[in-house]
Amino acid sequence: MSKHATAPQDETATDTNPDSETDAESTTEATPTQVTNGATAVVRSLENAGVTHAFGVQGGAIMPVYDALWDSSIRHITMAHEQGASHAADAYGVVKGVPGICLATSGPGATNLVTGIADAAMDSDAMLALTGQVPSGMVGSDAFQETDTTGVTAPVTKHNYFASDATTVGKTVGEAFALAEAGRPGPTLVDLPKDVTFGETDDDPGPPKAPARSSPSPDADPDAVIAAAEVISRAERPVCLFGGGVIKANASEQARAFAREYNVPVVTTMPGIGSFPEDDELCLSWAGMHGTGYANMAITHTDCLIAVGTRFDDRLTGGIETFAPEAEVVHIDIDPAEISKNIHADYPLIGDAATVLEQLYDAIDDDPETDAWVEQCTTWKEEYPMDYTTPEDEPVKPEFIVEAFDEATDDDTIVTTGVGQHQMWAAQYWTYTKPRTWVSSHGLGTMGYGLPAAIGARFAADDDQSVICFDGDGSFLMTLQELSVAVRENLDITVAVLNNEYIGMVRQWQDAFFEGRHMASEYNWMPEFDKLAEAFGAKGWRVDEYDEVAAAIEEALAYDGPSVIDFHIDPGANVYPMVASGGANGKFALSEDQL
Amino acid sequence: MSSDEDPTSQRGLQGKPPEQRPHPTGRRNKQGIRIDPEAEAEPRVRKAVVSALVDNEPGVLSRVSGLFSRRQFNIESLTVGPTTVEGNARITLVVEETDPGIDQVKKQLAKLKPVMSVGELENNAVRAELVLLKVHGDEPDKVHAITQMYDGQTLDAGPRTITVQITGDESKIDDAVDAFRQFGIIEIARTGQTALARGDTPTTPGEEPAPEGTIAEEPSQPSANVQYSDD
Repeated sequence: MSKHATAPQDETATDTNPDSETDAESTTEATPTQVTNGATAVVRSLENAGVTHAFGVQGGAIMPVYDALWDSSIRHITMAHEQGASHAADAYGVVKGVPGICLATSGPGATNLVTGIADAAMDSDAMLALTGQVPSGMVGSDAFQETDTTGVTAPVTKHNYFASDATTVGKTVGEAFALAEAGRPGPTLVDLPKDVTFGETDDDPGPPKAPARSSPSPDADPDAVIAAAEVISRAERPVCLFGGGVIKANASEQARAFAREYNVPVVTTMPGIGSFPEDDELCLSWAGMHGTGYANMAITHTDCLIAVGTRFDDRLTGGIETFAPEAEVVHIDIDPAEISKNIHADYPLIGDAATVLEQLYDAIDDDPETDAWVEQCTTWKEEYPMDYTTPEDEPVKPEFIVEAFDEATDDDTIVTTGVGQHQMWAAQYWTYTKPRTWVSSHGLGTMGYGLPAAIGARFAADDDQSVICFDGDGSFLMTLQELSVAVRENLDITVAVLNNEYIGMVRQWQDAFFEGRHMASEYNWMPEFDKLAEAFGAKGWRVDEYDEVAAAIEEALAYDGPSVIDFHIDPGANVYPMVASGGANGKFALSEDQL
Repeated sequence: MSSDEDPTSQRGLQGKPPEQRPHPTGRRNKQGIRIDPEAEAEPRVRKAVVSALVDNEPGVLSRVSGLFSRRQFNIESLTVGPTTVEGNARITLVVEETDPGIDQVKKQLAKLKPVMSVGELENNAVRAELVLLKVHGDEPDKVHAITQMYDGQTLDAGPRTITVQITGDESKIDDAVDAFRQFGIIEIARTGQTALARGDTPTTPGEEPAPEGTIAEEPSQPSANVQYSDD
């Protein structure tokens, strides 16, 4: 007997909608789980919170919770590895705008989740992790598969809980769920000792309730808004800097209205990609280490930086001394601790991005005179184009592949990535126009994020949305066992491996800063990813030449199931522009000799 | 791979090289504050006493100390004990940071879920710490005299050792420790500073006095006092 089991699809049976039979369960009116013990209270609490999907791996200490899932409407996706579960839950949450749920057992199950939890913490992604734990009486005895999970995860969670009682565990899970999305989002965790999940109770935990003091006021101080509005009115060279917080706060509409109304050029951060359409004339794309030259020029020369939902990460700012050095900074953020943490805010506006952008929109009486500045930014776009050449006698350029995929897919296509050169190309050469279509690992920089993220994104996306994972050969190798999940669930995802047989970003740095000594960045041997895909039961292609690119993309997109294209790209291709670590954004290098 | 076989060539993008671009003359300091390039000065480090009212739940002390270590905040001492309100505790921290650093300490503390409110004490706040000193017992009269001078108490007197307790502000304790050195200090335990705002001012913002009848009995457990030393 197997719940939710779908046998790997026969290749000929491609007319099966991957999600039809399974998703129907979650959309029909489901009977709520009857609470009989701690485990059913946990599951009931998730149902009360509207949870429809959870990603995890079974194991001894979490078995009571899994047993309770047997009768639940919640669709559980068994992942190959707990790290995959945490990334899938993270990406699911990013695409859907709700906390993603992941589960694991005690000990190694819990520690395997840690990378994904840390990733969610760095990117402020709402996520709830539930971990099994040895029975309370054995805690502290170094029991089998015992780890101090709350201790290990304390630095990478907003808060974590050690459940101590069957009668309250459901409420605790509800609180952890609500806390994950309250204020600035982030991951939370509840550690569930086996005696607590087995313990008897019949209390319905009720709806999720955020703890006291966790939901800050959405409005900014009106006087501060007026002061900020005045400085924006006076500005000659204003720039809007939209971060990931704009997307998390569902403030893209307000962000677009603001920039267009006051004719302010827009730069995004990497997590802010999609908050503002990149095909808009005002958009300068994203700034920072590998951001566009024109975004970095604008951010260097602005006299008024309107920063929304960004924490001024070092990959964005480069050297602090030279970051927007002449700008008065208006900083909108929900988290007061981000105000003046890295960059001093002259006009801090603490509140919800959507609400405060509306306040600011209404408070500006005199439009800033920005025509000359917008023209200057347009000139910079022409001066520093993101152009590349495609000589026929050289291997395929990765930029070409990214653009070919972009052209072959709709605007609402979701892109996930691993971490490295391929991630930068996917961010630079794809034109993002909608929020929640760019799903990547930013702050933590987790290689291997892409494939499990594509799986999570697939479950969150609409059926007619395509999901593309750009991966590097090194990144793909880290989590490719999750292909087994994609095949088992017959998920319509396309993995594009930009294969240069290097840890490419490290190789690029070694060439620039370590005299070309390629220590541990070259792969002497790589598996054939197309054949590996076939071995998993997915569809695989290998591409070496330009004239094979379009056909492979077309076939992979048409294939209704998981597909992998192994693109053998120019191994010498590098990512530019590049701001050296700690360098000035305005001194971005366009080639290696400028570093 | 030797460099002459290296497939990496000097490829890149079009545009003016860095030296041909305009660059602004402005600068920020390490705290991200715009500065006059002619008058750059490092902000001064100062000592601040920060008080936090917290839910007295398991793990709260480790969450606070973990925050300090992972964010590299310079902490001189940390004390914690229950208040008169059931389930509450007060943590008093002495930190040595720049003004932006102290600001971060307060904001990051306030983000911890069990932390109810955070305040920084004024210079005139009432502060005290306690020290236990175990000295050689060869000259009991002299030890007694010095203990009296510092308003201290003798807690234990044996043939070979005498243990005394002194309370007071940091400088008084420092002076007392110096005075006892003549007897040979065998062991010493200091609690670190604890403090309250002077007069009507609440120590942490928004704090209400405990309503009548809810005053807890004598704390059933001794308060956990922790002192870290960075020296």
